[in-house]
Amino acid sequence: MGKTLLEVRELTTRYITRFGESVYAVDHVSLKVEEGKSLGIAGESGCGKSTLALSLMGYYFAPLHYMSGEIIIDGRNISGMKPDDVRKAILGKEIAYIPQAAMNALNPTQKVIRFVEDVIRAHDPSADKRAIYERACKLFETVGLPPQVLEKYPVELSGGMKQRTVIAISVLLSPKVLIADEPSSALDVTSQKMVIKMIKQLLHDGLVGSLIFITHELPLLYNVTDDIMVMYAGQIVEKGTAREAVFDPLHPYSKGLMGSIIVPEEGLREVKLTAIPGVPPNLKNPPSGCRFAERCKYVKPECIVMSVGLRNIEGGRAYRCIFSEKELREAYRNG
Amino acid sequence: MADERKVCLSGTGVTKIYGFGRTRTLAVDHVDFKFYEGEVVSIVGESGSGKTTLAKMLLGLTSTTEGDIYFQGQKRDISTQKKRLEYWRNIQAIFQDPFSSYNIFNKIDAVLLDCIHMRGGRSFPRAKKIEMMTEACSFVNLKFDELTNKYPFELSGGQMQRLMIARIFLLMPKILIADEPTSMIDACSRATILDMLMGLRDEIGMTIIFITHDLGLAYYVSDSVYIMEHGKFVESGSADEVILHPKQAYTKRLISDVPKIYEEWDLSTV
Repeated sequence: MGKTLLEVRELTTRYITRFGESVYAVDHVSLKVEEGKSLGIAGESGCGKSTLALSLMGYYFAPLHYMSGEIIIDGRNISGMKPDDVRKAILGKEIAYIPQAAMNALNPTQKVIRFVEDVIRAHDPSADKRAIYERACKLFETVGLPPQVLEKYPVELSGGMKQRTVIAISVLLSPKVLIADEPSSALDVTSQKMVIKMIKQLLHDGLVGSLIFITHELPLLYNVTDDIMVMYAGQIVEKGTAREAVFDPLHPYSKGLMGSIIVPEEGLREVKLTAIPGVPPNLKNPPSGCRFAERCKYVKPECIVMSVGLRNIEGGRAYRCIFSEKELREAYRNG
Repeated sequence: MADERKVCLSGTGVTKIYGFGRTRTLAVDHVDFKFYEGEVVSIVGESGSGKTTLAKMLLGLTSTTEGDIYFQGQKRDISTQKKRLEYWRNIQAIFQDPFSSYNIFNKIDAVLLDCIHMRGGRSFPRAKKIEMMTEACSFVNLKFDELTNKYPFELSGGQMQRLMIARIFLLMPKILIADEPTSMIDACSRATILDMLMGLRDEIGMTIIFITHDLGLAYYVSDSVYIMEHGKFVESGSADEVILHPKQAYTKRLISDVPKIYEEWDLSTV
C-alpha cells in the first residue's frame, strides 16, 4: 500500500448567500488518495463536484465557507489555515488546481514564460530568470510540449495547446495532489486525448503525486482514473474502482448515470438511453430522507423519511442507500 | 432499385471562402449532399473542419461562394426578406450555446408566441394560444405555468435547450439543424434532450441534421453520417458502416480518439 497523500475526513463546506441562507454544497465528504493513484469524481451539474475541488484546496473565500472536517495533505492538517497562508504554503506546491477554463489564465499581453516566472517567483522570490527558463524548458520537454511555446503569446496557441501549457505550468512545483476539474470538456476529441495523455504521463512520471479528476463524462473517467466516486447533492453516493462503478453500479443514481453513456461502439444503437427524470434538489433545504428519493425508480416510502449513511461493503466499496446489495442487484435484474 | 425516399435538402458543389488575398480561407470545399425526408443525418468533424459554416449556409445565415442548394427539388431562393421568412418556416435551428440563443429582453411567453404567430396563428384567441404553449412545454417536460412571466436567463442550461425544442414543436419545420445541441450540457440531460428530439422527429416527421464532434452521439441518433475534414466530406454512409467499419484513415483516427468503455483506449496515437 502506498503512502496516503491526501486524506479528507467528514469535510463540510457551505455557501452563505446574500440573504444569510446556508447551502451545504459539500456535506460530510471523506476520501483518501494514495501516492501514484487517481480518483475520479462523477455527477451531474450542480452536485457539488467543483465546490468539492475548491474545498479540497483549503482556500476559502466568500461566499464559500469552511464548516467542519479535516484535510490532511501528506500528514499535514491544513483545515482551518488562513487563506493567505494556504496560498503561500499550499497552492502550487502541495495542491495544484486546473479549472475547466484554465487556458483563460494566460495573460494575453505577455509571453508564456512571463507567467512561468510569476508562478515560480511567488514561491521563491530570489529565483533567477535563466534558471527558471531552463527549468521550464526541461519540464515542457518531458511532457511533450515544444519549448518554443514559452516564447509565444497565448493567441498564437490553439485551445488544446493552451490547456496543456497551463497544466504544465501548474505542475512546475511538483505538487502532491493535482485536481483537474473538467480539463478537457471545452476541447474536441483529439485535443482532449492529448490533454489526457499528458495528465496520465505526469502521474506516471511522478511529476504529480496523485490525481483527482472531475468530469461528468463517465467513459473518460473510466479510462483515466483508478477509482471513481459518484457525488449527488453534495454527498458521496458511491465509491469503488472504476470498473465496478461503470459496470456494476450499486446506487440507483450511479446506475442512472451509466444509462446515459454514449460511446461509438457496437451495440449502442440497440440500447435505449435512460435519462434520470427531474433535477437535483435545492440544497437550501435538502430533503430530510434520501436526497435521491424523488428521482429514484426504486423508491420506497421509507426512503423519504429515513436518512441513510454511507454503507461500507467488502472490497473497499461504499454506497448510500437503504437497500442491501442483494436487493439492489435483484431490482436491477428485474429492470 | 429506385430510391423511393423524397430528397428534402440537397446541394451540389457548395463552397464557402472567407477573406481574400493572403487571408483567403477555404472553409467549405465543393461538397455535395442529399438529405432525405424524415432522415437523421450527422455531420461530424473536429474544430475548424467547416461544419458550422456549412450549417450556416444551409440555414441561409451566410451566403455561399459557389454552388447551389436545393430545397425539395427546387433551387433555394432567399433573395428577398419575404422569401427568406418563408424558407425559415421550413428550416429551423438549435445552437450550441443556449445562453446566447435568446433575446434577454423578451419573456418566455414572447418567445413562444412568436412561433405561433410565425405559423399564422396571430388571430387565435388568447386561450387557444395558451393551450398551444402549454402543450409545447409539456412535450419537453417543462411546466408552462411556472415559466410564464419569466425571462430565459432564469432557467438552467438544460431547461433553455428544452425550451428551444418546445419552439421547434410549435414551428413544426421540415428540417431542423442542431449545431452541437448537447455539448454544453452534462451527460445526464443530454440523454433527455436527444430523446425529445427523436420524439419530435417521430411526431412531425422532420429531417434532423446534427452537427457535432461527438461520434458517440452521431452513432446513436443518426441514419447516415458524413465525416468532414478541412471543408470536404471524406466519408459518408449509414451510421453502422461509417462508425463500425470506417474506411478512411481520418475517420479511424477520430473514432480512436473517443474514450470507450468496452475497448482499450489507445493513448499512444497522439
